[in-house]
Amino acid sequence: MLRIDNLVSGYDTLKVIQNVSIQVNPGEIVSIIGANGAGKTTLLKTITGLLRPLSGQIQFDGQDITRTNTEKIVLLGCSLVPEGRQVFAPMTVRENLILGGYVQYKRNQGSVVLKDLARIYKLFPRLMERETQFAGSLSGGEQQMLAIGRAMMARPKLVMMDEPSMGLAPLVIKEIFSIIRMLRDEGATILLVEQNAKAALRLADRGYVLETGKVILEGSADELLENDDVKCAYLGKVKKEM
Amino acid sequence: MELLFQYIVAGVTYGTIYAIVAIGFNIIYNTTGIINFAQGEFVMLGGMTAFTLKEYMPLPLAIVSAVIITMIIGALIEMLFIRWLHKPSVLRMIIITIGLSILIRETALHIWGEGVTALPYFTGTSLSSVNLGGVFVSPQVFWAVGISSVVVVLLGVFFNFTLLGKQMRACSANREAARLCGISTQNMVTLSFMLSAAIGALGGCIVSPITYIQYDSGSQLAIKGFTVAILGGLGNSTAAVAAAMILGILESFSIWALPAAYKDVVSIAIMLIILFLKPSGLFGNAASARLKEY
Repeated sequence: MLRIDNLVSGYDTLKVIQNVSIQVNPGEIVSIIGANGAGKTTLLKTITGLLRPLSGQIQFDGQDITRTNTEKIVLLGCSLVPEGRQVFAPMTVRENLILGGYVQYKRNQGSVVLKDLARIYKLFPRLMERETQFAGSLSGGEQQMLAIGRAMMARPKLVMMDEPSMGLAPLVIKEIFSIIRMLRDEGATILLVEQNAKAALRLADRGYVLETGKVILEGSADELLENDDVKCAYLGKVKKEM
Repeated sequence: MELLFQYIVAGVTYGTIYAIVAIGFNIIYNTTGIINFAQGEFVMLGGMTAFTLKEYMPLPLAIVSAVIITMIIGALIEMLFIRWLHKPSVLRMIIITIGLSILIRETALHIWGEGVTALPYFTGTSLSSVNLGGVFVSPQVFWAVGISSVVVVLLGVFFNFTLLGKQMRACSANREAARLCGISTQNMVTLSFMLSAAIGALGGCIVSPITYIQYDSGSQLAIKGFTVAILGGLGNSTAAVAAAMILGILESFSIWALPAAYKDVVSIAIMLIILFLKPSGLFGNAASARLKEY
């Protein structure tokens, strides 16, 4: 579904990610974990075309999207739930979701948007209750639901999520992760980027560990959960030998 | 008492045109964060073009054509001078738009000369008036207020109930997120220039019979419109209409108290006071400012 080869990207001359190669297969949940500043957000921004890569190749659904613009990439079916939610604060919840479905109009599928809206409301009953409220007035967790719902309205083939648990209370994080699990059970392909390594890896099929812009480890989620280095660095467990 | 109403009517008339210029400012500001100092020039272009065209066609058609021509000029300006700039700084944008306004003004001077032009009254003549309980009101005032109100209502409908309008609002609320929804923010910016050029041009046509238009009328109107936009709170068009009425009426009463030459001083003084004391505008408050992410 998504294939990244030797990607180098960053801001001006600062290379934030170096030679990153990642693959996501259809129906998989792949998780990328790493600390602050590891380059996770830069990676996702580069995939969606918000940042231009310095070198390397990105393929989506068999198509080269390395230098394609964001609007086109979203149209192709690759959506991003951005870091910090980025809802349209002065617009209502409903308007946010309808705009999420905007690419469906571009695909001449405008008739399904209202049906999708009902589906999202079923998935997130809380959003239906708040339908006419301004998105900016929602709580952090609700805004995250809205951001996920907005991305799902585009009926993407691949959803990428940038730190969906950031800044949320533990109980709310649990809820968000159960929603992601629900999406997985519906057959969505998800690329999940998280600092919350344990929760992310428990959900994922496979994972990559990103450190200072490089992939230092990759493997199945279970392998990574059992890996001593990962345990020590990201899961808050002390190495026995130490 | 009649005199009081006469002043209010005059104030409202001027207020309408200020409101239209301010709305033009707001539309571009909302989608791009740019204050387009060439906004007044759109008003001038509309009035002047309609004046030339009316020699060849009936007045309503001339006005519609002038609006469309100005709209195309607005789109061209955006595509030629704004579009290819990558994340320009505010200062750079100010200088570019001021430069554009000079360019347009001088071009207009070459095309139309220094002469003052005025479209004919839409109905009646400059001498006809409607008696409203002892107050004599020119029929053009009704046209000005009526058409402007229709424009404001239509804009409200456009921004709140059409998908295109929602896209423009999304673009103003959060540009990156709008792109992630597949919205072409570049096209939205072009559209915002077209829309505010068209509204400005229409304003120019409406006001031309009352105030006359010449090649340099734009900059004056831009100052007034900018004052009103700030007074209401940048980006807020409903507030701009209210602020425009306040400024128009204050100005018209100033003639009563001060020499007529001081009329423009009023608006500039108001602008300075607002900028010093409450830059968020009369109707802007902290809570709604936080909801907007410009």
